Amino acid sequence: MTVTPKTPPANAPVTAPANKNKVNLEKKDYSGSASTLCTGCGHDSITAHIITATYQNGIHPYQIAKMSGIGCSSKTPAYFMSKSFGFNSMHGRMAPVTTGAKVVNGSLHMIGMSGDGDTASIGVGGFTHLIRRNVQMCYIVANNGVYGLTKGQFSATADKGAKQKSGAYNPFDTIDICSLALTLGCTFVARSFSGDAKQLVPLLQAAQKHRGTALIDVISPCITFNNHDGSTKSYTYVREHDVSLQELGLVQPMEEIKVDYREGSTQRVQMPDGSELILKKLGANEHSVSDKINALKLLQESANAGQILTGLFYINESSPSLNEELNLVSEGLFELNESQLKPSKTQFEEILADFL
Amino acid sequence: MNVNKSINKNNFVITIATVNGSGSQSANNILLKTLFRMGVPVGGKNVFPSNIAGLPTWFWIRAEENGYVARRAKADIFVGMNPQTLLEDLKTLRSGGFFIYNSDLGTQLQSDLAQTIVKEASIQLIPISFKPLVDQSTDSIKVKKLVINMIYVGVLAKLLNLDLEVLNLSIADQFENKDSVITVNKKAAELGYHYAETTLKDIPFPYQAITTEKNKNKVLMEGNTAAALGWLFGGCTFTAWYPITPSSSIVEKYIQLAQKYRKTSEGKNKFAVIQAEDELSSICMVLGAGWAGARSVTATSGPGLSLMAEAAGFSYFTEIPSVIWDVQRVGPSTGMPTRTAQGDLLSAVHLSHGDTKNPCLLPGNIQECFEFGQTAFDLAERLQQLVIVLSDLDLGMNLWMENKLTYPEKPFDRGKVLNAEDLEKIGQFERYGDPDKDGIPYRTLPGTWHEKASYFTRGSGHNAKAAYTEKSDEYQFIVDRLAKKWETAKTMVPAPVYLQSDPNLASKDQASKTQGGKVQTKAQIGIIAYGSSDLAVKEAMHLLKEKNIETHYCRIRAVPLTPDILDFIQQHEVNFVVDQNRDGQMCELLKSEFNQVFHLIESIRHYDGTPITAESILEPIVKFLVNMAERRN
Repeated sequence: MTVTPKTPPANAPVTAPANKNKVNLEKKDYSGSASTLCTGCGHDSITAHIITATYQNGIHPYQIAKMSGIGCSSKTPAYFMSKSFGFNSMHGRMAPVTTGAKVVNGSLHMIGMSGDGDTASIGVGGFTHLIRRNVQMCYIVANNGVYGLTKGQFSATADKGAKQKSGAYNPFDTIDICSLALTLGCTFVARSFSGDAKQLVPLLQAAQKHRGTALIDVISPCITFNNHDGSTKSYTYVREHDVSLQELGLVQPMEEIKVDYREGSTQRVQMPDGSELILKKLGANEHSVSDKINALKLLQESANAGQILTGLFYINESSPSLNEELNLVSEGLFELNESQLKPSKTQFEEILADFL
Repeated sequence: MNVNKSINKNNFVITIATVNGSGSQSANNILLKTLFRMGVPVGGKNVFPSNIAGLPTWFWIRAEENGYVARRAKADIFVGMNPQTLLEDLKTLRSGGFFIYNSDLGTQLQSDLAQTIVKEASIQLIPISFKPLVDQSTDSIKVKKLVINMIYVGVLAKLLNLDLEVLNLSIADQFENKDSVITVNKKAAELGYHYAETTLKDIPFPYQAITTEKNKNKVLMEGNTAAALGWLFGGCTFTAWYPITPSSSIVEKYIQLAQKYRKTSEGKNKFAVIQAEDELSSICMVLGAGWAGARSVTATSGPGLSLMAEAAGFSYFTEIPSVIWDVQRVGPSTGMPTRTAQGDLLSAVHLSHGDTKNPCLLPGNIQECFEFGQTAFDLAERLQQLVIVLSDLDLGMNLWMENKLTYPEKPFDRGKVLNAEDLEKIGQFERYGDPDKDGIPYRTLPGTWHEKASYFTRGSGHNAKAAYTEKSDEYQFIVDRLAKKWETAKTMVPAPVYLQSDPNLASKDQASKTQGGKVQTKAQIGIIAYGSSDLAVKEAMHLLKEKNIETHYCRIRAVPLTPDILDFIQQHEVNFVVDQNRDGQMCELLKSEFNQVFHLIESIRHYDGTPITAESILEPIVKFLVNMAERRN
């Protein structure tokens, strides 16, 4: 059997009908199986936003690989884009599995769905090194501060002093995934709230277009185990403490810019596919998304002030992705055939000459 | 076995004791290569510490005219360049052997104790003051430290009567046309040679290297190099690894080869190698790559294998092609990282929890290290599962002679992959079904442009359609099919190689291969072995034949074990299973697979970290036979 084609049809309409995107699909073509998560779970909102973002970006489901680890978060790829391939890997192993798949087939759009246990504890090694390598992917952490599937133990992103449902307090410092990612050199770092479609959808859209690893830490309350008084990741707490850094809009290539930016400073970021991310300042925080140092400072200050700062903290479209760094052939490694891979008889003899 | 005091042609063991990091490796390789190129059948083993510089290291060269160049425990000729070990080293010399040593080292060799050892064993001491010879060869202090090794090569060249033209050629090759280095090394060798010629001429030295045609069309290679070549010609495109002794040199060699032979004319790479953060990530990257359709591999050793356990089970259950090349070292735990063993067999076969079984390939020589480079990928893609290749430090890192490798003509087997056209033709695609009733499903690759193509890969319970399930019957269908696949694997893995004892076995092993476990003559004794024990087994058979004991040999080359091995066992009154581990792991595997013949199986175990010798196989067999004869009387 031979390998498979990977190119989308070239005749996709530029201007699609109103209920269809540029690859001529309807939003329902991006749906998945019914969720089996608890009713009211923040993760289901993320799922819905992924569907919206991907539909609006016009990425065909056939071009997408949905990657995950283990945990409630990692179940969600079953709930969006049934027409895409999915890979529900081992606990904490989404990062290296995705790395291998992406290197071999660079044309795949990787959407990674991980959780706080998956990313910040058991998989923190793979996570940090994925970032170092700048593997091109949209890496979403559905962050609820607890292990849901094992019934509510604290995770490493639980805030110091946060209260468990049983009443136990977390005595340890939290791992701030965004600060960690920035320190490691992540080229796209954002935080959002699962309930904030206005902010999260454009972030997801931009993340899907980013040149390297795009990390979005999404606070996603656990309705069953971490939505009580004393939790710092409950719906109420997050709504009360959420401070948005910017208002975001993503303008697709060839699309007319309609984003309204009456007052406050705005910043535009050009994405590799020609689209533009427009960020409009909200509140008092002055921040350029190309200023990593200031991003770290803002994160620290807002945490000290008891705020949950959300928005895009840092973006860098100039660093090569791992695939670029590896200087690979344009076709996928998976589709190279025997004649392309096996050196010639003359070369074989040349190699053996060293051992005679 | 007494040393023949008359001329002993092409039949000797040399041990060279040095300090690691002193540059002796080049000199030792030159010596070995010279013998090899003269047509002397040789093997070279580097016994080195887990250390960068300063600890004792030994290099063993065995020349044997029939090609029995497995390790032999005692040396005929010793070169002692390390004062730390001289007294201990003396004990590893055969009675009547020659002990050449650097007398500048201020050793206590002249002490009464040493004299006693020397006298009792009638060892011939040859003290050489190396300093004046080194001083003559160069003025550079840095170079002096290195060329001292070439002086003993020169001394041995004279004593063994080496072909100087071949020696000079080997020096030139070793230093790759760096003229100044070649010149100084040649000079040092000449000084050693001249010294031996004038000063040692009255010593009756019985060992001689004689030029023959025996090594025509042979190569001298390390198993790890052959493995890297196997990967290159076997179509490997993705490698992730975490450095670990003794496997690192495979990947390093592969990178070197791929950079030369796997680039397009525009300089783009047709391969990817990632040095991962740990072995967990190495194997997971390999799984991601295998899932996406590449021939992907990782190389590791015992501790890494342990870390890969969870992913191994994932590969088994999700049916993702992948390869682990395990170069085994001594365990348990960190063990002795620079010593050899076959201790990973059982853990590899059952690597991971919950009824996981992984096909394992057991290369026994350089040819198979090369060949299994491709075979492992063919099987992984055909069977859609993890294949583990079990090499070991002795095979992987030591120099072995092999018939010149031939260009692999066998086409790649990419297994059951459906592309968009295939999907268009078939009615239904079930990722984990069994349409061919061989236990092997069909797969599609991510990115396949067809509505039927996608499926969900998960390590959790899934049904034939790859959907999540916790239903007993659906789960059982999958694991029963996997068991069926294991049976199918038996028809695909490399078959055992059978031999019967013959005085010239080493050169006739191809000719005396038999089919289907049936051996041509009746022998009461079977020997079953695998991997790097091969040469030692053949030598043991040869020595047994000299005692009029006929043996038949079955060399297992893969797990799952095939039914013809049972036939072989049943044909013999007793079968000795040779393992290089404490617990007789292959023996255990055979007993559990073929429990009806457990009474016909005896275990022979060599597990001190050194490469196995013929003696360590021969002695327990002889002892067993003597005991059996006594019981019968």
